[in-house]
Amino acid sequence: MPMTLTEKILARHAALDAVEPGQIINAKVDLVLANELSAAVAIGVMRQMKGADRVFDREKIALVEDHFVPAKDAQSAKIAKLMKDFAIEQNIKHFFDVGRGGIEHVVLPEEGLVAPGELIVGGDSHTCTYGAFGAFATGMGSTDIAAAFVLGEVWLKIPASIKLIYSGKPGEMVFAKDIMLKTVGTLGIDGATYRAIEYHGTTVDELSITGRITMANMAIEAGAKNGIFHADAKTIAYVTERTDRDFIVEKADPDARYERKIEIDIGSLEPQVACPHTPDNVHSISEVTRDEILVDQVFIGSCTNGYIEDLRIVAKILDGKKIDSRLRVIVNPGSQKVWMQAAEEGVLGKLAAAGCVVNTPGCGACFGGHMGTLGDGERCISTTNRNYVGRMGSPKAEVYLASPATCAVSALTGRITDPRVEAAVTA
Amino acid sequence: MQASLRGHAHKYGKNVDTDVIIPGKYCNIIDIAELGKHAMEGLDPEYTSRMKPGDVIVADSNFGCGSSREVAPIAIKGSGTSAVIAKSFARIFYRNALNIGLPIFESPEAVDAVESGDELEIEPAGGVIRNLTKNETYTAAAFPPFMQSLIDAGGLQPYVERRLAEKA
Repeated sequence: MPMTLTEKILARHAALDAVEPGQIINAKVDLVLANELSAAVAIGVMRQMKGADRVFDREKIALVEDHFVPAKDAQSAKIAKLMKDFAIEQNIKHFFDVGRGGIEHVVLPEEGLVAPGELIVGGDSHTCTYGAFGAFATGMGSTDIAAAFVLGEVWLKIPASIKLIYSGKPGEMVFAKDIMLKTVGTLGIDGATYRAIEYHGTTVDELSITGRITMANMAIEAGAKNGIFHADAKTIAYVTERTDRDFIVEKADPDARYERKIEIDIGSLEPQVACPHTPDNVHSISEVTRDEILVDQVFIGSCTNGYIEDLRIVAKILDGKKIDSRLRVIVNPGSQKVWMQAAEEGVLGKLAAAGCVVNTPGCGACFGGHMGTLGDGERCISTTNRNYVGRMGSPKAEVYLASPATCAVSALTGRITDPRVEAAVTA
Repeated sequence: MQASLRGHAHKYGKNVDTDVIIPGKYCNIIDIAELGKHAMEGLDPEYTSRMKPGDVIVADSNFGCGSSREVAPIAIKGSGTSAVIAKSFARIFYRNALNIGLPIFESPEAVDAVESGDELEIEPAGGVIRNLTKNETYTAAAFPPFMQSLIDAGGLQPYVERRLAEKA
């Protein structure tokens, strides 16, 4: 039976020859991820399970302190310690504390913990990021993660797949973020619920690994279970530089069945912006900039756009200039490694000289946790992935989502600005 | 046999996301009662002071979209809310709600008919929703057989314990 990429990976992990949408399988996992928030609850659940004293494999679990760290208060310190103590007790090989890790989804690929054809579950909805590498990866809640910790397997319903076919060459100042915002706007925030997204086409073949990460990361913003790219030479080069573990590169069959096929032409796409208060409220920049939308904060970072490639784009735009005096710019390199590389390349110095504050890696600002929380009536343009009411702090704040370039140019002018307008950059 | 659930309806729109069900700043809390004090705070700050134990959240489609935080259904349960009825649920929230024992029901028919303040009585076993105020009855979609077997077994924990015993 012909199968999609997602079906092939899931069938192999369930030791089945074939699977079809709707079928329930019991699948072996290659990696289980948790952060201190999902782990705190999962560890509590695991403690209540009879016979569940040990994790199934100390080398196949990754625990990353990233949401409320460095601890913002005593309660945050308590849950960070809870996970650290568990990591020590269970002798977990891949435990990342502050200063050695960063945002989970940035860290895992960097550390060679993600490879094509693998099945990864994580206690974070953006676990779907690893689809960028041709892996099946999906987010789950803490009870499911506790079960995966001890069993090394999960039950899954085989999702029907949606094939997205991109064509055309992105224009000036159009990036993977713009392509994905357009995609979420097209599908809607529940347009891919219970579905797998399979990314195809010449446009995505040309994308860098970081670009694919940005796109896979936001599959959940359309409600998808996972979003997946085929691994190619770029993927294999990235992964084999970081691990010598064997992996299997799967391919969708040419006659695989898709629930929907959607063709998206990128050739004429403008930079995109998701306006408040849902990630699918997406508009072209020329439409958004018809009104003057002043901003109080610009945020650069997150598991969507906290990579070295993103910081280089921002530094290039801000180099030798000053950010608008009415706003603040907060930059969170995605991981310790990204931070170090950005420092080495002089990127952090350029950002700081322009008036940005460079924070420690972490998730804090993106979800309204700490280190960049918005107040009543404040407006932020951000490279993150969600803009729901209250997402970055006050329910009376507004969040606009855009690419690092659009955010950087807006930082210079103090209002949401089209990055293609040269005048804005040279002002 | 699960007991019937009874309370007044609190109605909301579509795409009620986990950021408004339990805002991010509370996600470092583990205590169920403490989480319950902040249920729905991002959307309806008065919810927990207005609701009575047993009350039911009734919402449109895609309830619980967004983050995978299990504290979202835990907060709703912790508030004393007895059930959530929606036209549809986001995938991760659906799994989490069943895993932590928050009764959820998919019933577009009920959502369209029920108004805030209506008194509802739900029989979980048959998915029967009675509107005592309007004297109407609605049906919730049956759970898929696999989910129903998990619910009948008492949730994911007994399932895991059985799998562990099989493997031992």
